Amino acid sequence: MLAALDWNAEVALGRIRELAGAPGPLLPILHSLQAEFGYVDEAAVPMIAGELNISQAEVHGVITFYHDFRREPAGRHILQICRAEACQAMGCESLVAHAENRLGIAMGQTTADHSVTLKPVYCLGNCALSPAVMLDGRPYGRVTPSAVDGLIESLLVQSGRRGQ
Amino acid sequence: MIRVYVPCDSSAVSVGADAVANAILKARPDITLVRNGSRGMFWLEPLVEVETLRGRLAYGPVAPEMVPQLIAAGMLEGKEHHLSQGPTEEIPFLKRQERLTFARCGITDPLSISDYIEHGGFRGLKRASNMAPEAIVEEVTAAGLRGRGGAGFPTGIKWKTVAGEKAAQKYIVCNADEGDSGTYADRMIMEGDPFVLIEGMIIAGMAVGADKGYIYCRSEYPHAFETLRRAIGIAREQEYLGPKFELEVRLGAGAYICGEETSLLESLEGKRGQIRPKPPLPAMEGLFGKPTVVNNVISLASVPIIMDKGGAYYRDFGMGKSRGTLTIQLAGNIRHGGLVEKAFGLTLREAIYDFGGGTQTGRPLRAVQVGGPLGAYFPESLLDTPLDYEAFAAKKGMLGHGGVVVFDDTVDLAKQARFAMEFCAIESCGKCTPCRIGSTRGVETIDKIIANEDRVKNLQVLDDLCEVMLDGSLCALGGLTPFPVLSAVQHFPDDFARR
Ligand SMILES: Cc1cc2nc3c(=O)[nH]c(=O)nc-3n(C[C@H](O)[C@H](O)[C@H](O)COP(=O)(O)O)c2cc1C
Ligand code: SF4
Ligand code: FES
Repeated sequence: MLAALDWNAEVALGRIRELAGAPGPLLPILHSLQAEFGYVDEAAVPMIAGELNISQAEVHGVITFYHDFRREPAGRHILQICRAEACQAMGCESLVAHAENRLGIAMGQTTADHSVTLKPVYCLGNCALSPAVMLDGRPYGRVTPSAVDGLIESLLVQSGRRGQ
Repeated sequence: MIRVYVPCDSSAVSVGADAVANAILKARPDITLVRNGSRGMFWLEPLVEVETLRGRLAYGPVAPEMVPQLIAAGMLEGKEHHLSQGPTEEIPFLKRQERLTFARCGITDPLSISDYIEHGGFRGLKRASNMAPEAIVEEVTAAGLRGRGGAGFPTGIKWKTVAGEKAAQKYIVCNADEGDSGTYADRMIMEGDPFVLIEGMIIAGMAVGADKGYIYCRSEYPHAFETLRRAIGIAREQEYLGPKFELEVRLGAGAYICGEETSLLESLEGKRGQIRPKPPLPAMEGLFGKPTVVNNVISLASVPIIMDKGGAYYRDFGMGKSRGTLTIQLAGNIRHGGLVEKAFGLTLREAIYDFGGGTQTGRPLRAVQVGGPLGAYFPESLLDTPLDYEAFAAKKGMLGHGGVVVFDDTVDLAKQARFAMEFCAIESCGKCTPCRIGSTRGVETIDKIIANEDRVKNLQVLDDLCEVMLDGSLCALGGLTPFPVLSAVQHFPDDFARR
């Protein structure tokens, strides 16, 4: 389960100040906020800019450059499916289609009940056991469509959406 | 006391190693269970090893459900079972390797410093401590070590440049962005033998006069990041790190381009990961404008053995200008996927068949991509190319970081060429036009070729576009994307004429 606390300016400021003194602190700060809240709230931009004495445009530019940083909350669970070459060689695209169908969303989207976000990833370093996926930071290798079903089913059970 | 090993490597975990470890401990709480790194024989993971008078005996692949049956059959006493692989070191895949950089990986507990020392750790550092900085640089130069991140630049020369710079502050930066599909050697070292990387970085610091190091680890590797964080903490407690050399691990944020060294430095500084024009070289103006060594994980992790055994020992492995060992990573549609550390010069065919056992699906091999997403697609007729920087370049290929991705005959190379352009479009840093715009045009053009719209004309357009990207891109993302594309067209023309 990912922690997804509600946005809290005071907590955020604490996180920012904790790291602001380090050299090149912006990425660590953004990671820290995302770990805390599940995303980087727009309200964090002026706070970070103020603490680091850089422009808001610069903070915004960095947040949008990196694939990792989200500007709105993701689902409670994140299912990453590897779409890079080694996994392509083992049919990862059929896993993608399968997961999209089962969840009724496209890659990059979150289910309406915010239970699951589907995310593409380009290599998990598990290419000897392709195709590979990662669920909330847990790796899975030699994944079959039915294994994807199993993973999704376990999430939907937790979210009370089973059989829907 | 019975000692059993179950890897903590994330690839092993991905097929159930944690559950296997738990099941063993549940059945036999009295034994000692060590979570080692992986031996790199992933088709056998989870690979359980039991220490016996005959040495370590291997069982694999062990499914968690199999544990009670294996224990009942006497696995913990080293008895035979249909999952027995015999003594680990005698498994042909491992026995035929030359493990220098990976000498300890899979054998030791990655976070046990005493294990590390018992298996030869810190001997290189000890020897380096009694040498002048120039002599360390000389030893690394004599070893003929070339950067394993892809470009193959001589590490000794890079170090010499940084050592020669006069600056109060210098940095050692380890490139642990390992973005290439089909590669996992960096990950294995970080998860399986992190102290060897730390030792290599300390030695690099001594050689060039740097007292601060950063490891830039990609965020797709949460296990490696955590292991490094803990290993650094332990090394600090034991005073291997401290005022003379401090080390920090930082997390990337999902950008392939941040594997390019100047983009990586921008990212470490907290900026968008855009390429810096060279010159100045990072060796002169790198992190925060200071002289900086940027080296790949495997380059740095090879330094301790070079310092321990001497440059000549290392140089004696290999062929031509490619000295020492290459860590080949067998990936994709491969029966025996895993890590093969071997002197440069093994042919691609030997790697794929003698070690890899051919395709996983059992269908005929049709294409191999070596060197990550920017590497060429080779047909079966090029499989006798030796794994050597120059031999690959002669065939318009690239060794890169040593990833070998195998495809069977169901592959469609037009699709693969399209993906190469698409990946470039997704990951482009946006700094220059040929790459930013060219890659998107490339996807569109390949779509037209596939759909048989003006095919002849569009193949020419694709060719011209590739030439512009090759010549006009600021860095190798735009500059090398034409290689997978053009090799696909050249070696697999039928795939572009299916409709
Ligand atoms: C697009 C691109 C991606 C790269 N990705 C990596 C990477 O993930 N890891 C790496 O070590 N080098 C990567 N490199 C190479 C680095 O720029 C640089 O050459 C390397 O870190 C130098 O270390 P070495 O001499 O030890 O290889 C990449 C280069 C380019 C152009
Ligand atoms: S080639 Fe692409 S990634 Fe490299 S500098 Fe140009 S736009 Fe950036
Ligand atoms: S390509 Fe999918 S894990 Fe590496």
